[in-house]
Amino acid sequence: MPDSGPDTGIGASVKRKEDFRFLTGQGRFTDDIDRPGQVHAYFVRSPHAHARIKGIDKAAAEQAPGVIAVFTGADMAADNVGSLPCGWVVTDRHGQPHKAPPHFPLARDKVLYVGDHVAVAIAETYAQAKEAGEQVAVDYEELPAIANPAKAAAEGAPQVHDEAPGNLCYDWVMGDEAQVDAAFAKAHHVTRLDLINNRLIPNAMEPRAAIGEYDGGTDNYTLYSTSQNPHLLKLILCAFVFGLNENKLRVIAPDVGGGFGSKIFCYAEETVCTWAAKKVRRPVKWTAERSESFSSDAHGRDHVTHAELAMDENGKFLGLKVETTANMGAYLSSFATAVPTYLYATLLAGQYTTPVIFANVKAVFTNTAPVDAYRGAGRPEATYVLERIVEVAAREMKIDPVELRRRNFIQPDQFPYQTPVALQYDIGDYDQSMDKALEMIDYKGFAERRKASEAKGKLRGIGISAYIEACGIAPSAVVGSLGAGVGLWESAQVRFNPTGSVTIFTGSHSHGQGHETTFSQLVADTLGVPIENVEIVHGDTGSVPMGMGTYGSRSLAVGGSAIAKACDKIIEKSRKIAAHLMEASVEDVEFDKGKFRVAGTDKEKSIAEIAFTAYVPHNYPADVEPGLDETAFYDPLNFTYPAGVHICEVEIDPATGITEVVDWVAVDDFGKVINPMVVEGQVHGGIAQGVGQAMLENCVYDMESGQLLTGSYMDYCMPRAGDLPSFRIGLTETPCTHNPLGVKGCGEAGAIAAPPAVINAITDALGILSMDMPATPEKVWRLANQHAQAAE
Amino acid sequence: MPRVSMTVNGRSVSGDVEGRTLLVQFLREHLHLTGTHVGCDTSQCGACVVHVDGESVKSCTILALQADGAEVTTIEGLAKNGELHPMQAAFREHHGLQCGFCTPGMVMSAVDLLKKNPNPEEDEIREWLEGNICRCTGYHNIVKAIQSAASSMKG
Repeated sequence: MPDSGPDTGIGASVKRKEDFRFLTGQGRFTDDIDRPGQVHAYFVRSPHAHARIKGIDKAAAEQAPGVIAVFTGADMAADNVGSLPCGWVVTDRHGQPHKAPPHFPLARDKVLYVGDHVAVAIAETYAQAKEAGEQVAVDYEELPAIANPAKAAAEGAPQVHDEAPGNLCYDWVMGDEAQVDAAFAKAHHVTRLDLINNRLIPNAMEPRAAIGEYDGGTDNYTLYSTSQNPHLLKLILCAFVFGLNENKLRVIAPDVGGGFGSKIFCYAEETVCTWAAKKVRRPVKWTAERSESFSSDAHGRDHVTHAELAMDENGKFLGLKVETTANMGAYLSSFATAVPTYLYATLLAGQYTTPVIFANVKAVFTNTAPVDAYRGAGRPEATYVLERIVEVAAREMKIDPVELRRRNFIQPDQFPYQTPVALQYDIGDYDQSMDKALEMIDYKGFAERRKASEAKGKLRGIGISAYIEACGIAPSAVVGSLGAGVGLWESAQVRFNPTGSVTIFTGSHSHGQGHETTFSQLVADTLGVPIENVEIVHGDTGSVPMGMGTYGSRSLAVGGSAIAKACDKIIEKSRKIAAHLMEASVEDVEFDKGKFRVAGTDKEKSIAEIAFTAYVPHNYPADVEPGLDETAFYDPLNFTYPAGVHICEVEIDPATGITEVVDWVAVDDFGKVINPMVVEGQVHGGIAQGVGQAMLENCVYDMESGQLLTGSYMDYCMPRAGDLPSFRIGLTETPCTHNPLGVKGCGEAGAIAAPPAVINAITDALGILSMDMPATPEKVWRLANQHAQAAE
Repeated sequence: MPRVSMTVNGRSVSGDVEGRTLLVQFLREHLHLTGTHVGCDTSQCGACVVHVDGESVKSCTILALQADGAEVTTIEGLAKNGELHPMQAAFREHHGLQCGFCTPGMVMSAVDLLKKNPNPEEDEIREWLEGNICRCTGYHNIVKAIQSAASSMKG
């Protein structure tokens, strides 16, 4: 790969191209868009966690000022609008597919969680729609609710779906239980740990929004949506929900204000807006109020786990056994089933040589909002299990936690490394990132720092987290064999315009990741064109080739590789044109930094000249088509495996229970890095979300009534600037071996690494083995003072 | 409907609003100044911060009628003659934004901070931002940007 230097090429911290519009208020988010004649939708939602709908009286609402229409599930059923599907079929331990009860966009007979969609009121203004919606009289017969995943499968628990007896979606296993039992029988010591991975609400700052539009002249629909993957949304809506030919729907995801997974999925609201646009023959707009985001965006995590780690007398890991109950919520969201299985159990080897691993995951339905992928999706849950149990094991075995990890690290000469849980890691160097992190945090000096804290009356702790992540889920054939309903490749189209500028169409979607900059750097560097001459187009199924969107830290490794492949096609075609123009044989034409040269001569043509010739082919090779516009699809050979070590230090005031994160070192191996500034920004944000989970955030449902108790920023504690330290970031580099760029994913690393680092540090400070997240001041205070309390 | 008049980004504007119309609704829906965002319904996220008579205000917490006769500056009015305000420039220089949704409120709030405290310490910056939530950046680069803007605005 040519490197055009530190200015705008690969490896440079190029300032972002997208910033100007956001900084000057000229971003174009879905709610910023108004369509001519648009009307507004308000969703009538269930106030009950579980109830039968005995009747809906919409007469008063229909008479309210400004109302255009009020629709219910019956209206959608009459139009044969289908159920929102789950796109990944998990096969249970008995060879049966998971239970997939229907999920209609507007409820038909029963409501299954607080916030479930019952009706939609459509009016001239949003205020009128809301007032009308509040006049829709729903006659509910309340039913007992189950909100606690740990009790969902218990005998006598209220049943969420008739189709899923015992509320069981699936009972799934990975690994050989007999081998693991044999390993445990030989163990010198077994560490056992019970963990709760607390439920989170994603809270992208831009609330979800949708505008559905119908053109009666062409019978075409357009949907503006806050989506991370507009093509996938189009596919699901057309093929599964509406039964509509895909050429009839265009989905546009303009600027999207953060996603973190929550905007991957196909939701009821965008489905209803699209469908209703034809019913009322006007564009139908809906923007979530934050309260709706809390109650009806797909939530994340929510695992209850028991784990056991068997070791020999030297602390060498012999086997790991994990039992997890994963909450699916009331309905299966688009990819919910894959998160606690193929994105979770497969990560349980971590950075270690644990020879045998057995995982059993029971997914259960409850009367809560659907749960699906949230930043990290399964991998933070696996890392939390592993890095917590390793830490506890170190304390029980009285081995330094760094040393215990090192004794079990996969060594550089063991790659490619086949884990016992399906994945094959291509490359890594775990001691290297550990060394660097220890040096950066001054691990040796910790005892002194602890003393200094003690002198101030504070408890100081240090916490390590050595994580691995599997990004860019792939290859398609493998995920297909595991139940995925889609391929997981990416597309790119590289179009030279006649006068030498370049337009890139990518199936990836940027909602904060800075693709417009990073992808432009990649193209500028590869094709040797100025970065300002490169434009990135994404988020519109009307112009971009079918693509799979952005999630799972896949955009550069998969989408960027597709761009690189399309650039290669451009160069190869251009080489033929250049050879013709310079009257040389194709083999003698070299390409470097935007110039084609005939080897050993001073003849050269710029790629811009070639592009012009391709569109004005007056002097042109006979066997080459005009135009310079190439499309490539890239299906990865494997996941990428970023890994690293995060270490944090905390100081606790035992008088108040307030924990301050006083230092944070993150050393990550993301392979080759195109824009370090952007990558570091991704790490910062990930850590903040991980610290949020560990110390602040917690989605709480009342376990009896199923009411959401943390339904606003008053109750759900988002990380503020004052809750976080500045972070110190270091990078190591083992280039990915199987993609053309040598890159790995970086978007989720922080959220994966951070929670166990925090809890390891806090429990270290408190001198205890374990505690559940979030480590709120109250909880920490109780733990810090439990001896004193017990003595009283 | 009552009529409201104010100066927004140096331009005199007026409109007929309902009593309940919030300032942010007036800005976004009547004036189509969509740079000011709405990220919550409890006045906590700060995506809607604008300046009213020189003070940073969450435009979702006041009625349009309360801003009658006021001088309002929104994110669209911060850059002058195509030149970014030093705070905007610092956010760009230090990668203080990712998805860009909280950014307008963040920038407007930070500008007001420096007006009140031209030389803030890191913890003072972090404390000031209590009313602005960002989900992308972990605040690290926002803090850096504000520190950098503080030094450039002094110079």
